[in-house]
Amino acid sequence: MRFTQAPIRNRAGAVLAECGRTVLVTGRSLMLFPCILFNRECRRAFFEQLYTAGIRSLPVATVVALFTGMILSLQLGIAFRQFSQELMVAYTMSFTMFREMGPFMTGIILASCVGSAMAAQLGAMTVNEEIAALEMMGIDPVRFLVVPRLWAMAVMAPLLSFYICVVAFCGGALVGSTQLNLPFLQYMSEVVRVAEIKDLYVGLFKAILFGIMVSSVSCVIGFSTRQGAVGVGASTRRSVVVSFLVILIGGYFVTRFFYVF
Amino acid sequence: MSSESVILLDNAVMAFGGRRVLNGLTADIRKGEIFVIIGPSGTGKSVTLKLISGLLEPTAGRVTVLGEDVNALSDAALSAHRRRIGYLFQSGALLGWKTLAENVALPLLEHGRIPPGEIDRRVAAVLEEVGLGASGELYPAEVSGGMIKRAGFARAIVEDPELLLFDEPTSGLDPVMSRVIDRLIASISRARGVTCVVVTHDLAGALQYADRIAFLKEGRFLETASPEALLKTRTPDIRAFLDAQFVGGTYGR
Ligand SMILES: Nc1ncnc2c1ncn2[C@@H]1O[C@H](COP(=O)(O)OP(=O)(O)O)[C@@H](O)[C@H]1O
Ligand SMILES: [Mg+2]
Repeated sequence: MRFTQAPIRNRAGAVLAECGRTVLVTGRSLMLFPCILFNRECRRAFFEQLYTAGIRSLPVATVVALFTGMILSLQLGIAFRQFSQELMVAYTMSFTMFREMGPFMTGIILASCVGSAMAAQLGAMTVNEEIAALEMMGIDPVRFLVVPRLWAMAVMAPLLSFYICVVAFCGGALVGSTQLNLPFLQYMSEVVRVAEIKDLYVGLFKAILFGIMVSSVSCVIGFSTRQGAVGVGASTRRSVVVSFLVILIGGYFVTRFFYVF
Repeated sequence: MSSESVILLDNAVMAFGGRRVLNGLTADIRKGEIFVIIGPSGTGKSVTLKLISGLLEPTAGRVTVLGEDVNALSDAALSAHRRRIGYLFQSGALLGWKTLAENVALPLLEHGRIPPGEIDRRVAAVLEEVGLGASGELYPAEVSGGMIKRAGFARAIVEDPELLLFDEPTSGLDPVMSRVIDRLIASISRARGVTCVVVTHDLAGALQYADRIAFLKEGRFLETASPEALLKTRTPDIRAFLDAQFVGGTYGR
Protein backbone atom coordinates (compact mmCIF):
# COMPACT_ATOMS: atom_id res chain seq x y z
CA MET A 1 0.00 0.00 0.00
CA ARG A 2 1.34 3.42 -0.88
CA PHE A 3 0.27 6.43 1.12
CA THR A 4 2.21 9.33 -0.34
CA GLN A 5 0.35 9.97 -3.53
CA ALA A 6 -1.01 12.81 -5.55
CA PRO A 7 -4.59 13.47 -4.45
CA ILE A 8 -7.39 12.37 -6.74
CA ARG A 9 -9.16 15.40 -8.20
CA ASN A 10 -12.50 13.76 -8.89
CA ARG A 11 -14.55 13.85 -5.68
CA ALA A 12 -16.52 10.63 -6.17
CA GLY A 13 -13.31 8.85 -7.16
CA ALA A 14 -11.55 10.10 -4.05
CA VAL A 15 -14.36 8.89 -1.75
CA LEU A 16 -14.42 5.48 -3.44
CA ALA A 17 -10.65 5.19 -3.22
CA GLU A 18 -10.80 6.02 0.47
CA CYS A 19 -13.50 3.42 1.16
CA GLY A 20 -11.46 0.81 -0.65
CA ARG A 21 -8.36 1.79 1.25
CA THR A 22 -10.21 1.61 4.59
CA VAL A 23 -11.24 -1.96 3.82
CA LEU A 24 -7.67 -2.87 2.80
CA VAL A 25 -6.13 -1.23 5.86
CA THR A 26 -8.62 -2.97 8.17
CA GLY A 27 -7.97 -6.38 6.65
CA ARG A 28 -4.24 -5.90 6.68
CA SER A 29 -4.20 -4.71 10.29
CA LEU A 30 -6.29 -7.67 11.43
CA MET A 31 -3.92 -10.08 9.69
CA LEU A 32 -0.86 -8.41 11.14
CA PHE A 33 -1.88 -9.28 14.70
CA PRO A 34 1.26 -11.44 15.20
CA CYS A 35 3.33 -8.23 15.08
CA ILE A 36 1.96 -7.34 18.50
CA LEU A 37 3.37 -10.58 19.83
CA PHE A 38 6.69 -10.62 18.02
CA ASN A 39 7.62 -7.02 17.22
CA ARG A 40 8.87 -5.12 20.25
CA GLU A 41 8.06 -1.69 18.86
CA CYS A 42 4.55 -2.78 17.90
CA ARG A 43 3.90 -4.32 21.30
CA ARG A 44 5.06 -1.22 23.13
CA ALA A 45 2.78 0.95 21.00
CA PHE A 46 -0.09 -1.48 21.58
CA PHE A 47 0.11 -1.16 25.36
CA GLU A 48 0.38 2.59 25.08
CA GLN A 49 -2.76 2.63 22.95
CA LEU A 50 -4.56 0.34 25.39
CA TYR A 51 -3.96 3.00 28.00
CA THR A 52 -5.01 5.84 25.68
CA ALA A 53 -8.14 4.13 24.40
CA GLY A 54 -9.19 2.48 27.63
CA ILE A 55 -8.04 4.19 30.77
CA ARG A 56 -8.06 7.73 29.41
CA SER A 57 -11.67 7.44 28.23
CA LEU A 58 -12.89 6.14 31.60
CA PRO A 59 -13.76 9.51 33.21
CA VAL A 60 -15.87 10.64 30.25
CA ALA A 61 -17.42 7.20 29.91
CA THR A 62 -18.36 7.13 33.61
CA VAL A 63 -20.11 10.49 33.59
CA VAL A 64 -21.88 9.86 30.28
CA ALA A 65 -23.02 6.38 31.31
CA LEU A 66 -24.17 7.43 34.76
CA PHE A 67 -26.37 10.23 33.53
CA THR A 68 -27.66 8.29 30.55
CA GLY A 69 -28.75 5.57 32.95
CA MET A 70 -30.39 8.13 35.22
CA ILE A 71 -32.19 9.95 32.43
CA LEU A 72 -33.45 6.79 30.76
CA SER A 73 -34.66 5.31 34.02
CA LEU A 74 -36.39 8.50 34.99
CA GLN A 75 -38.26 8.76 31.70
CA LEU A 76 -39.15 5.07 31.70
CA GLY A 77 -40.19 5.36 35.32
CA ILE A 78 -42.56 8.23 34.59
CA ALA A 79 -44.15 6.18 31.83
CA PHE A 80 -44.32 2.84 33.65
CA ARG A 81 -45.54 4.37 36.93
CA GLN A 82 -48.87 5.12 35.29
CA PHE A 83 -49.41 1.36 35.07
CA SER A 84 -47.70 0.62 38.39
CA GLN A 85 -45.08 -1.34 36.51
CA GLU A 86 -41.94 0.23 38.02
CA LEU A 87 -39.99 -3.00 37.70
CA MET A 88 -40.34 -2.75 33.92
CA VAL A 89 -37.81 0.09 34.13
CA ALA A 90 -35.04 -2.33 35.07
CA TYR A 91 -36.30 -4.84 32.54
CA THR A 92 -36.21 -2.33 29.68
CA MET A 93 -32.89 -0.88 30.79
CA SER A 94 -31.28 -4.31 30.85
CA PHE A 95 -31.77 -5.21 27.25
CA THR A 96 -31.52 -1.70 25.72
CA MET A 97 -28.17 -1.15 27.45
CA PHE A 98 -26.67 -4.53 26.67
CA ARG A 99 -27.98 -4.76 23.14
CA GLU A 100 -27.79 -1.19 21.85
CA MET A 101 -26.90 1.67 24.14
CA GLY A 102 -23.73 0.19 25.65
CA PRO A 103 -21.92 -0.47 22.39
CA PHE A 104 -23.40 2.64 20.78
CA MET A 105 -22.18 4.92 23.57
CA THR A 106 -18.81 3.16 23.50
CA GLY A 107 -18.50 3.84 19.78
CA ILE A 108 -19.48 7.48 20.16
CA ILE A 109 -17.07 8.04 23.03
CA LEU A 110 -14.21 6.27 21.26
CA ALA A 111 -14.86 8.17 18.03
CA SER A 112 -14.92 11.57 19.67
CA CYS A 113 -12.19 11.08 22.28
CA VAL A 114 -9.80 8.58 20.71
CA GLY A 115 -10.49 8.38 16.96
CA SER A 116 -10.33 12.15 16.55
CA ALA A 117 -6.93 12.22 18.25
CA MET A 118 -5.72 9.42 15.97
CA ALA A 119 -6.81 11.27 12.86
CA ALA A 120 -5.16 14.45 14.10
CA GLN A 121 -1.90 12.75 15.01
CA LEU A 122 -1.59 10.71 11.82
CA GLY A 123 -2.73 13.76 9.85
CA ALA A 124 0.00 15.92 11.35
CA MET A 125 2.51 13.15 10.65
CA THR A 126 1.37 12.95 7.03
CA VAL A 127 1.64 16.70 6.55
CA ASN A 128 5.09 16.70 8.16
CA GLU A 129 6.27 13.99 5.71
CA GLU A 130 6.75 11.52 8.57
CA ILE A 131 4.62 8.88 6.87
CA ALA A 132 6.67 9.31 3.72
CA ALA A 133 9.82 8.99 5.83
CA LEU A 134 8.56 5.70 7.29
CA GLU A 135 7.87 4.44 3.79
CA MET A 136 11.38 5.44 2.73
CA MET A 137 12.85 3.52 5.66
CA GLY A 138 10.92 0.47 4.49
CA ILE A 139 8.67 0.63 7.57
CA ASP A 140 5.06 -0.21 6.79
CA PRO A 141 2.92 2.61 8.23
CA VAL A 142 0.01 0.20 8.68
CA ARG A 143 2.07 -2.16 10.80
CA PHE A 144 3.85 0.64 12.64
CA LEU A 145 0.86 2.89 13.36
CA VAL A 146 -2.48 1.25 12.58
CA VAL A 147 -1.99 -2.26 13.98
CA PRO A 148 -1.40 -1.16 17.60
CA ARG A 149 -4.25 1.36 17.46
CA LEU A 150 -6.77 -0.93 15.85
CA TRP A 151 -6.08 -3.89 18.13
CA ALA A 152 -6.04 -1.73 21.24
CA MET A 153 -9.47 -0.42 20.29
CA ALA A 154 -10.73 -3.91 19.51
CA VAL A 155 -9.65 -5.09 22.96
CA MET A 156 -10.80 -2.04 24.89
CA ALA A 157 -14.16 -1.40 23.21
CA PRO A 158 -16.00 -4.47 24.63
CA LEU A 159 -14.54 -3.87 28.10
CA LEU A 160 -15.58 -0.24 27.95
CA SER A 161 -19.00 -1.23 26.69
CA PHE A 162 -19.54 -3.61 29.60
CA TYR A 163 -18.31 -0.98 32.04
CA ILE A 164 -20.68 1.60 30.56
CA CYS A 165 -23.61 -0.79 30.97
CA VAL A 166 -22.78 -1.44 34.62
CA VAL A 167 -22.39 2.27 35.40
CA ALA A 168 -25.65 3.05 33.60
CA PHE A 169 -27.47 0.42 35.70
CA CYS A 170 -26.05 1.98 38.82
CA GLY A 171 -27.33 5.36 37.68
CA GLY A 172 -30.69 3.82 36.89
CA ALA A 173 -30.89 2.01 40.21
CA LEU A 174 -30.01 5.24 41.98
CA VAL A 175 -32.95 6.98 40.35
CA GLY A 176 -35.09 3.92 41.00
CA SER A 177 -34.38 3.90 44.72
CA THR A 178 -34.71 7.67 45.20
CA GLN A 179 -37.57 8.56 42.84
CA LEU A 180 -39.46 5.41 41.90
CA ASN A 181 -39.76 3.41 45.08
CA LEU A 182 -37.69 0.70 43.45
CA PRO A 183 -34.98 -0.54 45.83
CA PHE A 184 -31.45 -0.52 44.47
CA LEU A 185 -30.92 -4.26 44.87
CA GLN A 186 -34.27 -5.19 43.41
CA TYR A 187 -33.49 -3.05 40.36
CA MET A 188 -30.11 -4.72 39.95
CA SER A 189 -31.36 -8.25 40.38
CA GLU A 190 -34.07 -7.61 37.80
CA VAL A 191 -31.39 -6.36 35.36
CA VAL A 192 -29.40 -9.55 35.90
CA ARG A 193 -32.46 -11.80 35.72
CA VAL A 194 -33.57 -10.35 32.41
CA ALA A 195 -30.14 -10.27 30.81
CA GLU A 196 -29.73 -12.95 28.18
CA ILE A 197 -26.41 -14.33 27.19
CA LYS A 198 -27.20 -13.53 23.56
CA ASP A 199 -27.75 -9.86 24.35
CA LEU A 200 -24.42 -9.82 26.05
CA TYR A 201 -22.40 -11.31 23.26
CA VAL A 202 -24.17 -9.43 20.47
CA GLY A 203 -23.47 -6.23 22.37
CA LEU A 204 -19.83 -7.09 22.89
CA PHE A 205 -19.50 -8.12 19.25
CA LYS A 206 -20.94 -4.78 18.24
CA ALA A 207 -18.53 -2.94 20.49
CA ILE A 208 -15.56 -4.77 18.97
CA LEU A 209 -16.84 -3.98 15.49
CA PHE A 210 -17.28 -0.29 16.36
CA GLY A 211 -13.81 -0.14 17.88
CA ILE A 212 -12.23 -1.60 14.76
CA MET A 213 -14.23 0.59 12.41
CA VAL A 214 -13.59 3.80 14.33
CA SER A 215 -9.85 3.20 14.45
CA SER A 216 -9.42 2.23 10.81
CA VAL A 217 -11.63 5.06 9.57
CA SER A 218 -9.72 7.56 11.72
CA CYS A 219 -6.31 6.26 10.65
CA VAL A 220 -7.12 6.24 6.93
CA ILE A 221 -8.57 9.75 7.13
CA GLY A 222 -5.40 10.81 8.94
CA PHE A 223 -3.24 9.33 6.19
CA SER A 224 -5.12 11.16 3.46
CA THR A 225 -4.64 14.59 5.08
CA ARG A 226 -3.41 17.30 2.74
CA GLN A 227 -2.60 20.98 3.03
CA GLY A 228 -1.01 21.63 6.37
CA ALA A 229 -2.68 22.65 9.60
CA VAL A 230 -6.02 23.36 7.92
CA GLY A 231 -6.01 19.84 6.55
CA VAL A 232 -5.33 18.36 9.99
CA GLY A 233 -8.35 20.20 11.40
CA ALA A 234 -10.53 19.04 8.52
CA SER A 235 -9.38 15.43 8.95
CA THR A 236 -10.15 15.48 12.65
CA ARG A 237 -13.68 16.69 12.05
CA ARG A 238 -14.19 14.26 9.19
CA SER A 239 -13.02 11.31 11.26
CA VAL A 240 -15.67 12.04 13.90
CA VAL A 241 -18.46 12.54 11.37
CA VAL A 242 -17.62 9.45 9.35
CA SER A 243 -17.18 7.34 12.50
CA PHE A 244 -20.64 8.38 13.76
CA LEU A 245 -22.19 7.46 10.43
CA VAL A 246 -20.40 4.12 10.35
CA ILE A 247 -21.49 3.34 13.93
CA LEU A 248 -25.14 4.18 13.24
CA ILE A 249 -25.37 2.41 9.91
CA GLY A 250 -23.24 -0.55 10.99
CA GLY A 251 -25.19 -0.83 14.25
CA TYR A 252 -28.49 -1.05 12.43
CA PHE A 253 -27.32 -3.88 10.21
CA VAL A 254 -25.83 -5.87 13.07
CA THR A 255 -29.11 -5.59 14.99
CA ARG A 256 -31.03 -6.66 11.92
CA PHE A 257 -28.72 -9.58 11.39
CA PHE A 258 -29.01 -10.91 14.94
CA TYR A 259 -32.59 -10.06 15.92
CA VAL A 260 -34.69 -10.10 12.75
CA PHE A 261 -35.10 -13.37 10.98
CA MET B 1 32.96 8.76 -11.53
CA SER B 2 31.94 5.70 -13.48
CA SER B 3 29.58 5.78 -16.41
CA GLU B 4 26.92 3.66 -14.73
CA SER B 5 23.53 5.38 -14.59
CA VAL B 6 21.94 5.49 -11.15
CA ILE B 7 18.99 7.74 -11.94
CA LEU B 8 17.37 8.12 -15.32
CA LEU B 9 14.59 10.65 -15.65
CA ASP B 10 13.01 10.27 -19.05
CA ASN B 11 10.60 13.06 -19.89
CA ALA B 12 8.98 12.84 -16.47
CA VAL B 13 5.76 14.81 -16.10
CA MET B 14 4.11 15.40 -12.73
CA ALA B 15 0.71 17.03 -12.64
CA PHE B 16 -1.43 17.68 -9.58
CA GLY B 17 -5.05 17.80 -10.67
CA GLY B 18 -4.30 19.24 -14.09
CA ARG B 19 -1.59 21.62 -12.89
CA ARG B 20 1.72 20.51 -14.32
CA VAL B 21 4.54 21.01 -11.85
CA LEU B 22 7.15 19.03 -13.77
CA ASN B 23 6.88 19.13 -17.50
CA GLY B 24 9.28 16.80 -19.24
CA LEU B 25 12.15 16.44 -16.81
CA THR B 26 15.12 14.59 -18.29
CA ALA B 27 18.38 13.74 -16.56
CA ASP B 28 20.97 11.00 -16.37
CA ILE B 29 22.71 10.91 -13.00
CA ARG B 30 25.79 8.71 -12.78
CA LYS B 31 27.19 6.57 -10.01
CA GLY B 32 29.21 8.51 -7.45
CA GLU B 33 28.06 11.85 -8.78
CA ILE B 34 26.84 14.74 -6.65
CA PHE B 35 24.00 16.23 -8.62
CA VAL B 36 22.68 19.51 -7.29
CA ILE B 37 19.27 20.93 -8.13
CA ILE B 38 18.75 24.65 -7.64
CA GLY B 39 15.88 26.89 -8.60
CA PRO B 40 13.21 29.21 -7.26
CA SER B 41 10.85 28.02 -4.51
CA GLY B 42 7.80 26.12 -5.60
CA THR B 43 9.21 24.96 -8.91
CA GLY B 44 9.08 21.29 -8.01
CA LYS B 45 12.50 20.49 -6.55
CA SER B 46 11.01 18.51 -3.68
CA VAL B 47 8.57 16.87 -6.08
CA THR B 48 11.56 15.77 -8.20
CA LEU B 49 13.08 14.00 -5.20
CA LYS B 50 9.73 12.35 -4.45
CA LEU B 51 9.57 11.08 -8.01
CA ILE B 52 13.07 9.63 -7.73
CA SER B 53 12.21 7.94 -4.43
CA GLY B 54 8.97 6.53 -5.80
CA LEU B 55 6.84 8.40 -3.27
CA LEU B 56 5.04 10.02 -6.18
CA GLU B 57 4.22 8.35 -9.45
CA PRO B 58 4.86 10.42 -12.57
CA THR B 59 1.83 11.37 -14.63
CA ALA B 60 3.85 10.54 -17.74
CA GLY B 61 7.41 9.57 -18.56
CA ARG B 62 9.72 7.12 -16.85
CA VAL B 63 11.81 7.13 -13.72
CA THR B 64 14.52 4.48 -13.44
CA VAL B 65 16.50 4.35 -10.20
CA LEU B 66 19.31 1.89 -9.39
CA GLY B 67 18.31 -0.10 -12.45
CA GLU B 68 14.65 -0.44 -11.46
CA ASP B 69 11.56 1.14 -12.90
CA VAL B 70 10.32 2.48 -9.55
CA ASN B 71 6.64 2.45 -10.37
CA ALA B 72 6.62 -1.09 -11.71
CA LEU B 73 7.86 -2.61 -8.44
CA SER B 74 5.60 -4.65 -6.18
CA ASP B 75 5.12 -3.34 -2.63
CA ALA B 76 7.63 -5.82 -1.19
CA ALA B 77 10.22 -5.10 -3.87
CA LEU B 78 9.70 -1.38 -3.46
CA SER B 79 10.32 -1.62 0.26
CA ALA B 80 13.59 -3.53 -0.37
CA HIS B 81 14.54 -1.03 -3.07
CA ARG B 82 13.99 1.89 -0.70
CA ARG B 83 16.45 0.52 1.80
CA ARG B 84 19.16 1.29 -0.76
CA ILE B 85 18.12 4.96 -0.65
CA GLY B 86 18.60 7.52 2.12
CA TYR B 87 16.25 10.50 2.11
CA LEU B 88 16.47 13.72 4.09
CA PHE B 89 13.09 15.41 3.90
CA GLN B 90 12.71 19.16 3.72
CA SER B 91 10.94 19.15 7.10
CA GLY B 92 13.35 16.66 8.68
CA ALA B 93 10.33 14.37 9.26
CA LEU B 94 11.40 13.01 12.65
CA LEU B 95 8.89 11.09 14.78
CA GLY B 96 7.85 13.38 17.61
CA TRP B 97 7.60 10.72 20.33
CA LYS B 98 11.13 9.44 19.84
CA THR B 99 14.39 11.09 20.82
CA LEU B 100 16.85 12.16 18.13
CA ALA B 101 18.94 9.05 18.78
CA GLU B 102 15.89 6.76 18.63
CA ASN B 103 14.86 8.38 15.37
CA VAL B 104 18.28 7.74 13.88
CA ALA B 105 18.26 4.15 15.18
CA LEU B 106 14.86 3.43 13.63
CA PRO B 107 16.02 2.14 10.21
CA LEU B 108 18.71 0.02 11.89
CA LEU B 109 16.24 -1.53 14.34
CA GLU B 110 13.82 -2.19 11.54
CA HIS B 111 16.17 -4.09 9.29
CA GLY B 112 18.56 -6.88 9.81
CA ARG B 113 19.72 -8.39 13.01
CA ILE B 114 22.27 -5.88 14.16
CA PRO B 115 23.18 -6.39 17.84
CA PRO B 116 21.90 -3.55 20.07
CA GLY B 117 25.40 -2.50 21.12
CA GLU B 118 26.41 -2.13 17.49
CA ILE B 119 23.29 -0.03 16.79
CA ASP B 120 24.08 2.32 19.70
CA ARG B 121 27.66 2.66 18.53
CA ARG B 122 26.63 3.38 14.93
CA VAL B 123 23.97 5.92 16.00
CA ALA B 124 26.40 7.71 18.30
CA ALA B 125 28.95 7.88 15.48
CA VAL B 126 26.63 9.49 12.93
CA LEU B 127 25.18 11.88 15.49
CA GLU B 128 28.73 12.93 16.29
CA GLU B 129 29.41 13.47 12.58
CA VAL B 130 26.52 15.93 12.27
CA GLY B 131 27.46 17.71 15.51
CA LEU B 132 24.66 16.26 17.65
CA GLY B 133 26.83 14.06 19.85
CA ALA B 134 25.46 15.65 23.01
CA SER B 135 21.81 15.98 21.92
CA GLY B 136 20.83 12.39 21.22
CA GLU B 137 18.53 12.16 24.23
CA LEU B 138 16.46 15.23 23.34
CA TYR B 139 13.06 15.09 21.66
CA PRO B 140 12.38 16.87 18.35
CA ALA B 141 10.10 19.36 20.11
CA GLU B 142 13.00 20.39 22.36
CA VAL B 143 15.52 21.27 19.65
CA SER B 144 15.80 23.83 16.84
CA GLY B 145 14.80 23.29 13.23
CA GLY B 146 18.44 23.09 12.23
CA MET B 147 19.06 20.29 14.73
CA ILE B 148 16.02 18.38 13.44
CA LYS B 149 17.46 18.77 9.96
CA ARG B 150 20.81 17.38 11.06
CA ALA B 151 19.19 14.45 12.87
CA GLY B 152 17.22 13.77 9.66
CA PHE B 153 20.53 13.87 7.82
CA ALA B 154 22.02 11.37 10.27
CA ARG B 155 19.01 9.08 9.82
CA ALA B 156 19.40 9.23 6.05
CA ILE B 157 23.04 8.16 6.09
CA VAL B 158 22.98 5.70 9.01
CA GLU B 159 22.34 2.64 6.85
CA ASP B 160 25.10 3.42 4.31
CA PRO B 161 22.72 3.70 1.36
CA GLU B 162 23.85 3.67 -2.28
CA LEU B 163 21.84 6.73 -3.17
CA LEU B 164 21.23 9.78 -1.02
CA LEU B 165 18.51 12.36 -1.60
CA PHE B 166 18.91 15.58 0.37
CA ASP B 167 16.14 18.18 0.39
CA GLU B 168 17.70 21.47 1.51
CA PRO B 169 20.21 19.89 3.93
CA THR B 170 21.56 23.22 5.15
CA SER B 171 18.42 25.36 5.37
CA GLY B 172 17.94 26.51 8.95
CA LEU B 173 21.59 25.87 9.80
CA ASP B 174 24.16 28.48 10.78
CA PRO B 175 27.02 29.04 8.29
CA VAL B 176 29.57 27.06 10.28
CA MET B 177 27.30 24.05 10.62
CA SER B 178 26.35 24.38 6.95
CA ARG B 179 30.00 23.95 5.96
CA VAL B 180 30.26 20.87 8.20
CA ILE B 181 27.29 19.33 6.40
CA ASP B 182 28.69 20.35 3.00
CA ARG B 183 31.98 18.63 3.78
CA LEU B 184 30.10 15.59 5.03
CA ILE B 185 28.14 15.30 1.79
CA ALA B 186 31.35 15.57 -0.20
CA SER B 187 33.22 13.05 1.92
CA ILE B 188 30.40 10.49 1.95
CA SER B 189 30.16 10.68 -1.80
CA ARG B 190 33.91 10.55 -2.45
CA ALA B 191 34.83 7.95 0.14
CA ARG B 192 32.05 5.46 -0.50
CA GLY B 193 31.10 6.24 -4.09
CA VAL B 194 27.58 7.17 -2.97
CA THR B 195 25.46 9.01 -5.51
CA CYS B 196 23.88 12.17 -4.08
CA VAL B 197 21.07 14.36 -5.32
CA VAL B 198 21.01 17.60 -3.36
CA VAL B 199 18.29 20.24 -3.53
CA THR B 200 19.62 23.47 -2.10
CA HIS B 201 19.49 27.24 -2.10
CA ASP B 202 22.98 27.38 -0.67
CA LEU B 203 25.09 28.19 -3.70
CA ALA B 204 28.37 28.52 -1.82
CA GLY B 205 28.11 24.95 -0.61
CA ALA B 206 26.86 23.60 -3.91
CA LEU B 207 29.76 25.13 -5.81
CA GLN B 208 32.18 23.32 -3.53
CA TYR B 209 30.87 19.79 -3.75
CA ALA B 210 28.75 19.60 -6.90
CA ASP B 211 29.81 17.62 -9.94
CA ARG B 212 26.90 19.03 -11.87
CA ILE B 213 24.30 21.66 -11.05
CA ALA B 214 20.88 21.70 -12.67
CA PHE B 215 18.65 24.76 -12.66
CA LEU B 216 14.97 23.88 -12.43
CA LYS B 217 12.48 26.34 -13.86
CA GLU B 218 8.99 25.85 -15.23
CA GLY B 219 9.11 22.11 -14.83
CA ARG B 220 12.35 21.46 -16.68
CA PHE B 221 16.06 21.62 -16.16
CA LEU B 222 16.81 24.90 -17.89
CA GLU B 223 20.50 24.14 -17.79
CA THR B 224 22.64 21.32 -16.40
CA ALA B 225 26.32 22.12 -16.11
CA SER B 226 29.47 21.81 -14.05
CA PRO B 227 29.83 24.51 -11.36
CA GLU B 228 32.49 26.33 -13.41
CA ALA B 229 30.35 26.35 -16.55
CA LEU B 230 27.24 27.41 -14.64
CA LEU B 231 29.00 30.47 -13.24
CA LYS B 232 29.68 31.66 -16.79
CA THR B 233 26.12 31.14 -18.00
CA ARG B 234 24.32 33.87 -19.90
CA THR B 235 20.81 32.53 -19.31
CA PRO B 236 19.06 35.51 -17.68
CA ASP B 237 17.02 33.52 -15.13
CA ILE B 238 20.09 31.70 -13.85
CA ARG B 239 22.22 34.86 -13.83
CA ALA B 240 19.61 36.58 -11.68
CA PHE B 241 19.59 33.60 -9.30
CA LEU B 242 23.38 33.57 -9.08
CA ASP B 243 23.81 37.32 -8.76
CA ALA B 244 21.34 37.46 -5.88
CA GLN B 245 23.79 35.39 -3.80
CA PHE B 246 26.98 37.16 -4.91
CA VAL B 247 28.57 38.80 -1.87
CA GLY B 248 32.00 40.39 -1.62
CA GLY B 249 33.55 38.67 -4.61
CA THR B 250 32.29 35.18 -3.78
CA TYR B 251 29.07 33.21 -3.59
CA GLY B 252 27.71 32.85 -0.13
CA ARG B 253 25.94 34.70 2.58
N1 LIG C 1 1.03 16.35 -2.91
C1 LIG C 1 0.83 17.48 -3.61
N2 LIG C 1 -0.40 17.82 -4.03
C2 LIG C 1 -0.63 18.93 -4.75
N3 LIG C 1 0.32 19.81 -5.09
C3 LIG C 1 1.57 19.56 -4.72
C4 LIG C 1 1.90 18.38 -3.95
N4 LIG C 1 3.24 18.38 -3.72
C5 LIG C 1 3.71 19.50 -4.30
N5 LIG C 1 2.72 20.20 -4.90
C6 LIG C 1 2.88 21.46 -5.64
O1 LIG C 1 4.03 21.36 -6.44
C7 LIG C 1 4.71 22.58 -6.50
C8 LIG C 1 6.17 22.35 -6.25
O2 LIG C 1 6.37 22.01 -4.92
P1 LIG C 1 7.80 21.68 -4.31
O3 LIG C 1 8.42 20.59 -5.10
O4 LIG C 1 7.59 21.44 -2.86
O5 LIG C 1 8.61 23.04 -4.54
P2 LIG C 1 10.12 23.34 -4.16
O6 LIG C 1 10.83 23.51 -5.46
O7 LIG C 1 10.11 24.62 -3.39
O8 LIG C 1 10.64 22.20 -3.36
C9 LIG C 1 4.08 23.51 -5.48
O9 LIG C 1 3.36 24.48 -6.17
C10 LIG C 1 3.16 22.61 -4.71
O10 LIG C 1 1.98 23.30 -4.40
MG1 LIG D 1 11.05 22.00 -1.47
